[in-house]
Amino acid sequence: MAEQSRSPREPVEEAAQPGSPGGPGRRRVLAYLLAAPTLAVGARLGLDAVGGESAEAAVPSLPQPEELFDLGDMQTLAAAPTSGLISVQVHADGTASFAVPRAEVGQGMTTAVAMMIAEEMDLPLAKVRVSLADARPELLMNQLTGGSNSMRSIYLPVRSAAAVARQRLVATAAQQWGVPESELTTRDGVITHGAAKSATYGSLAEAAASARTVTASAHLKSASDFTILGTPQNRIDARDIVTGRKKFGMDLHVSDAKPTMVRRPPTVNGTVVSVANADAVRNMPGITDVATVEHGVAVRGETFGQCIDALRALEVTWGPGTVDKESDDTVLAKLRAAALPMVVPPLLTKKIDAEFSFAFASNSPLEPDNAIADVRSDRAEIWASLKVPIVAQRDIADRLGLPQTAVTVHVVEGGGSFGRHLFHDVAAEAAEISQKMGKPVKLSWSRTDNFRQGRTHPMCVSRVRATYALGNVVSYEQRHTSSQTDFGHGLGEMITSTAAKLPVAGNLTFAETIFQLTQSTPYNFGVTTQLLNEVPLKFNTGSMRNIYSPNVACARELVVDQLAAKMRKDPVAFRREFLKEERLRAVLDKAAEAGEWGRALPAGVAQGIALHTEYRGAVASLVEIDCRPETVNRKVRDGVTGPRVTRALMVVDAGFAINPRGLEAQMMGGMNDALAMALTSSLHIKDGIPLEGSWDEYFYTRQWNTPPHLRVIVMPSTGDKPSGAGELGVAPAFAAIACAYARATGTLPTSFPINHATLSFDPLPLEPSTPQSPTDGLDRAF
Amino acid sequence: MPSHTFKLNGEQITVEAEDDVRLLWVLRDLLGVTGPKYGCGLGVCQACTSHINGKAFNPCSVPVSKIAPDDEVTTIEGLPATVGKDLHPMQEAWLDLDVAQCGYCQPGQIMTAVAKVRRAAEDGRDITDADLDEIRNICRCGTYTRIREAIRAGAKNM
Repeated sequence: MAEQSRSPREPVEEAAQPGSPGGPGRRRVLAYLLAAPTLAVGARLGLDAVGGESAEAAVPSLPQPEELFDLGDMQTLAAAPTSGLISVQVHADGTASFAVPRAEVGQGMTTAVAMMIAEEMDLPLAKVRVSLADARPELLMNQLTGGSNSMRSIYLPVRSAAAVARQRLVATAAQQWGVPESELTTRDGVITHGAAKSATYGSLAEAAASARTVTASAHLKSASDFTILGTPQNRIDARDIVTGRKKFGMDLHVSDAKPTMVRRPPTVNGTVVSVANADAVRNMPGITDVATVEHGVAVRGETFGQCIDALRALEVTWGPGTVDKESDDTVLAKLRAAALPMVVPPLLTKKIDAEFSFAFASNSPLEPDNAIADVRSDRAEIWASLKVPIVAQRDIADRLGLPQTAVTVHVVEGGGSFGRHLFHDVAAEAAEISQKMGKPVKLSWSRTDNFRQGRTHPMCVSRVRATYALGNVVSYEQRHTSSQTDFGHGLGEMITSTAAKLPVAGNLTFAETIFQLTQSTPYNFGVTTQLLNEVPLKFNTGSMRNIYSPNVACARELVVDQLAAKMRKDPVAFRREFLKEERLRAVLDKAAEAGEWGRALPAGVAQGIALHTEYRGAVASLVEIDCRPETVNRKVRDGVTGPRVTRALMVVDAGFAINPRGLEAQMMGGMNDALAMALTSSLHIKDGIPLEGSWDEYFYTRQWNTPPHLRVIVMPSTGDKPSGAGELGVAPAFAAIACAYARATGTLPTSFPINHATLSFDPLPLEPSTPQSPTDGLDRAF
Repeated sequence: MPSHTFKLNGEQITVEAEDDVRLLWVLRDLLGVTGPKYGCGLGVCQACTSHINGKAFNPCSVPVSKIAPDDEVTTIEGLPATVGKDLHPMQEAWLDLDVAQCGYCQPGQIMTAVAKVRRAAEDGRDITDADLDEIRNICRCGTYTRIREAIRAGAKNM
């Protein structure tokens, strides 16, 4: 365990490096001492968390909106007025606790928050407890987990609260001992005065408590004094995970909340016309209740297995869904028809025109969607993994006919999210079922429900036109056309509340605003425009570890390779020449060197390299892909093989890397998601529903697909602010894989994933909606 | 209702359940043993992987009536006791390499890893890349690289 210590306070240096938090000086921060039985400090967030960084826009391209002010800045700005209400508490047992208004779904947010508190308090990491806050309506839009924004928006306020807590403990000890504060030291949760006196934080927790809420100030540590922040740390919940003790939503026990599942329609968002045998099903073994709900028929019983038996036995007549006439080809045709026109006429220049299409993909995590609901006549209590719990609370209250204050929403640990838990449709359905049955329910969607009725990353088409002449790229136009993405989870409201402060002009839709706040090209390619158009189809859509970037960047980097080839330049040298930012040039150079760019490889094996910047971070990815027949044609039972990335490298500059080990994990996950998006995993829509129904049909990356060799290089910190990281790695890795594939095969891929044209499985029946579990498990034991 | 008895994590237990209820639901819904996770109920994702008489299997794909009184079922909760320690060497390796992200698949991954290493040891050889490529457990967070490293590290101490 890292030791936490601080020397006696140096002379006051409040004025050191004013306005320059990147400098070596210590920054003075304010927080609230809250009226409480033991010490509690509420953090206050100023607008200073919003970066005013302006990009170095070298001449040919004007800065695009994302470069000046990105989606994360918007979220940080939206969070600013209310963050003062989040608090660090110090307890008599010497621990500090913090209920973070964010969701933990594997991204390591709770570990990073614990590190911030441990650092600023001089407390061992093991003595910091971080839990997930219930929905708190007073936090307004400061309770949204998404856009890779958590670290960016809470880094300063959490550290501020912790620093003030430490300062208050020191002041309390100084007062009790009658000595100057400047003579006290803190280390590992103990305050000492020379060799004479010492006291634990726990022993001072009550005395340090404030009787009324007042402001207080303290100094943040300088980055040069950090002993925890910026060092690799293991997850705080790792031991609970490996012993099976970590409780996910699916594992929670709430009294009388019995297993509940839903028979679902054979098309997306279909409805129930009639149920022929509800009474007979209610009398099946273990079954307690049957109720018709908005999009299906719910059954409640003693075990989920008996719920599966019961829902399969239901005889239901279905009404139409919302996209019954749509299939892959009809959607693709609509997208192509809706693409916005290019505007640069290729008169005296040469041009490249390219079009890339990306299939629907499922953002389903491994833990099936689930929620527990206990709805009574005058109140309701909900347990679910929710990234926007306030919106969930308000909407569920509306649906149940209850005041918002009568609905308690607990945010529970999620087994992954990838965008899925931005939506509360599962929690709302659980509430509807509980209300109709008059009993508590533990609702789980089946795996097949998740793929067929869950959230999808929308199908999209990206067209690019680039013109070039005399060794320069003169223009770069990208027209991205997407099936509509649902932003009904709260980000839309955030945009409304901050609209006047955003650097995007005019009357853009939410989707266009988000596109403009997230997309920019990192190259000086002359006249540059990137535009979005959406086709309003009623699929259940959402983001999937980013919204537009993996597709937009994949199309862009493939065209960049084409431009380099046309202009007879090496792809790395070409990128170097046209890059706008030094940070990108640095990760590119590091990747080319560490990944041995240009090394000799056999025919059919090739390298690809790509870059991306977003969330104030920068990444280069270099991969080697093996497209030789002996690799492509490997046989795996009920799996897809195909080309294999054999070596992969991610070089990341995350500004200030709070936890390099966690950042490395995010890059690893980004690479595996990218492999899935580029090569193997997609949904095939046929007559209004995805055909995929299990993990042997939706081909997310498996061990036989993953690179045997993956290396992540975390660049030395380039600033004192963390960038976003959760989604950062997907886009460059996706693009690098596509570029490598193009080089290895000599063919420009234009449809992703590359195996989408082949249906590599026999679809499960559409009815009943959930397949029966096998019975031959013992035969397959190994 | 039929009664079923078997050895679960070292203890002889008896539970009442219909014969065809899959063991996963008996463990999770009736006995409150939640280490084995529900990820698909189809014998595909492997999140529920546990051991029966030392071999890896998917409780989601076995009716409880097929479990005999002398069968020994071990879930992640009972793994450390099989080596008489607080943690099995494979769990230690998982901690050392900080494998988990969300953690939902990891109990199943660890149970699969232990069985894989045992089979290789029975063949008198070390775990190979080909062995690792055979592992079917889904990790939707994409922790595959660290899983591979942890299995090799854990195998050394088994």
